[in-house]
Amino acid sequence: METVLQSIWFFLWGLLWAVFFMTDGYDFGVGALLPFLGKNDIDKRLMINSIGPLWDGNEVWLITAGGVTFAAFPQVYAVMFSSFYTPLLMILFALIIRGVSFEFRGKIESPGWKKLWDTCIFIGSVAPAILFGVAFANIFQGLPIDANGYHGNLLYLLNPYGILGGVLFLLWFLEHGALWLSIKTPGQLHDRSVATANNVWFGLLGISVLFLIATYFATPLYVNYLSHPILFIVPLITVLSLLGIKFFLIKGAYFKAWFASAATIVSATFFCIIGLYPNMFPSSVDSLYSLTAHNASASQLTLTIMLVVVLVFIPIVIGYQVWAFYMFKDKLSEDDLAYKEAY
Amino acid sequence: MDVVLLSRLQFAAATMFHFLFVPLTLGLSVLVAYMETKYVRTGDEIYLSMTKFWGKLFLINFAVGVVTGITLEFQFGTNWSRYSIFMGDIFGSLLAIEATTAFFLESTLIGVWVFGWKKLSKKAHALVMWLVALAGSFSSLWILLANGWMQQPVGYVMRNGRAELDSFMAVITNKFGILEFFHMISSAYVLGAFFVMGISAYHLLKKQHIEFFTRSFKIALVFGLVGSLFVAISGDSHGVHVAQVQPAKFAAMESHWETTTQAPIHLLTIPDEKNEKNLIEMGSLPGLLSFLSHHDFNAEVTGLKDIPKDERPPVLLTFLSFRMMVGLGTLFILLTIVGWFKRNRLIESPNYLKIMLLSIPLPYIAIEIGWVLAEVGRQPWIVYGLMKTSDAASPIATSQVLFSLIAFVLLYSFLGAVGFYLIFINARKGPVSE
Repeated sequence: METVLQSIWFFLWGLLWAVFFMTDGYDFGVGALLPFLGKNDIDKRLMINSIGPLWDGNEVWLITAGGVTFAAFPQVYAVMFSSFYTPLLMILFALIIRGVSFEFRGKIESPGWKKLWDTCIFIGSVAPAILFGVAFANIFQGLPIDANGYHGNLLYLLNPYGILGGVLFLLWFLEHGALWLSIKTPGQLHDRSVATANNVWFGLLGISVLFLIATYFATPLYVNYLSHPILFIVPLITVLSLLGIKFFLIKGAYFKAWFASAATIVSATFFCIIGLYPNMFPSSVDSLYSLTAHNASASQLTLTIMLVVVLVFIPIVIGYQVWAFYMFKDKLSEDDLAYKEAY
Repeated sequence: MDVVLLSRLQFAAATMFHFLFVPLTLGLSVLVAYMETKYVRTGDEIYLSMTKFWGKLFLINFAVGVVTGITLEFQFGTNWSRYSIFMGDIFGSLLAIEATTAFFLESTLIGVWVFGWKKLSKKAHALVMWLVALAGSFSSLWILLANGWMQQPVGYVMRNGRAELDSFMAVITNKFGILEFFHMISSAYVLGAFFVMGISAYHLLKKQHIEFFTRSFKIALVFGLVGSLFVAISGDSHGVHVAQVQPAKFAAMESHWETTTQAPIHLLTIPDEKNEKNLIEMGSLPGLLSFLSHHDFNAEVTGLKDIPKDERPPVLLTFLSFRMMVGLGTLFILLTIVGWFKRNRLIESPNYLKIMLLSIPLPYIAIEIGWVLAEVGRQPWIVYGLMKTSDAASPIATSQVLFSLIAFVLLYSFLGAVGFYLIFINARKGPVSE
């Protein structure tokens, strides 16, 4: 019973990260594209307002993923976050400057002021995208953990496979963000967004193939798949949805393309999570030192209570987030910028 | 400097900075929701511009508050990993429940509120703000239940070398956390009320937007009066409870060294921690400390000397925080009572308005030192009676924490300066006509 509960929590944990990448991912992408697609202040405001009502709710998936790691796997939470001390704080600082930038940017009419916060939005979106990729790729690969704990640092994490993970995440989010802008923005900005989505797609395809191959050599993720070949259906979904993005882009069906991109991100995350199972913070020195869903979990009572809470509340959360998403799905116009409350 | 001290400084800096913004979010959200409801009920446009003006200040404040909250959840892992392993089974679940049941709602709906003026009916839009306010308060309930558990651990068993959950009911009905919640939430309402009254006073002194700011002032006044009375009532119950479960903190609050019955309070006390006595004790009010601790003038109050030296909190800081907090709390009651009698001739009371303008920072100070009292007064424990702070930090390099502490201070000083500057210029500008 306890093992089953731990396994359920392991996949719920993966699901929360997947949903976080899928939701905050497009607003990271929009922020990362800001200096490239925003040719003037109107463009930039359209881009920022396209995510304005939604980014804050999206970011709570990160808080929840963090909170659930703490609640369901306290030891993983403690060891992972203290081991990744510097990169994690860099992510948090990036998110802080990004979050306030949206609110601060339009409060004073001065080009220098806006330039400052535009830069913060850019850095605050690119840095977390890359760092999450680097961190997760290193987890897939296994970390130098022995009886005395973790022996890495930020430079150690920047190994080839880690960097590949960072690039992959950045491209995911760029594609996801460009598709979002294709839906939400009008005119030339829309055209540039579509062109970007089309171009980034090729890069994403190339890096994804490279990542799948590198994963075979650098990580043990395929072991679970080789022992249960049925699971290959998950990466198959990833491949199909990745192709689906291009298919819908060519047809000009941007909503469908965005959903295909969302499906790519979620299924790709699950591809990795399934391969990782039951490891959560694996040691590359000896599996004896790996933290897993089974040796690092909370008590059975906590897991049970948290399961009830999550099963009741997460569907409610999804319900009102879909409602909000639906409310703000329409294309923006310059009239929307005249709206006093806009960023 | 060691990792524990640096981590404590970092946590103090991050929490105290975060808490410069949280109380205003909690207090002002209720006031804005009320103003918008008045608009929906009466159709009077002045309430709409009140909602928008105070709402704008609310949003600048909200932005800084929300982003600085993110780091707190992660700092238990980065800097206090031994603590997290030891009590994550209980503490972690409270944080996760907070995010799932409250923070999601608040963050999603704030976007709907800002951008949804034309997309929702007037009633639905006002309801969204009420939900934001409610979710914020509900968030703080979970956070204070988590803090309450550190103050008074309940509902756990020691198993597998850690504190494991034994009774969820005991954890979520923990008296310490519930009392903290009522005390903190009413303090936040006082802070919100003083913020609105202070800014209104500024404009009334300048004789501009008189109708607008008189109404704002009066709404906040009622809120502040009720709030400040409630702060005192909840604070009193909280004090009694602290005396029972944390005798060391209670004794340090009054720098009370010898265990005695009919313990007095001295109007002027100067603690001398080294020699375990008070240098000066003047203006003694006999039995009052006994009354505060047990609601009985003859009750026995444990003195610090009966608590082992290595289990005593820093006396001077705890003592001063308590004194200042109580002094300020009393002042808030007096100021709002005076306001009540002057409420219909505010414009003719420039001195009172000046005092109210200058009082804006006071609830901030009171609420921050209230937290200093709660947290410093709990030392040397991180979880009272179970785990010492010195055993709780992560096994990480001192240099890492030193750099991150410097980064925190620089970044937060900059953010705080910009945030308060924007609030200041927008507050001074006053309502903009539609």
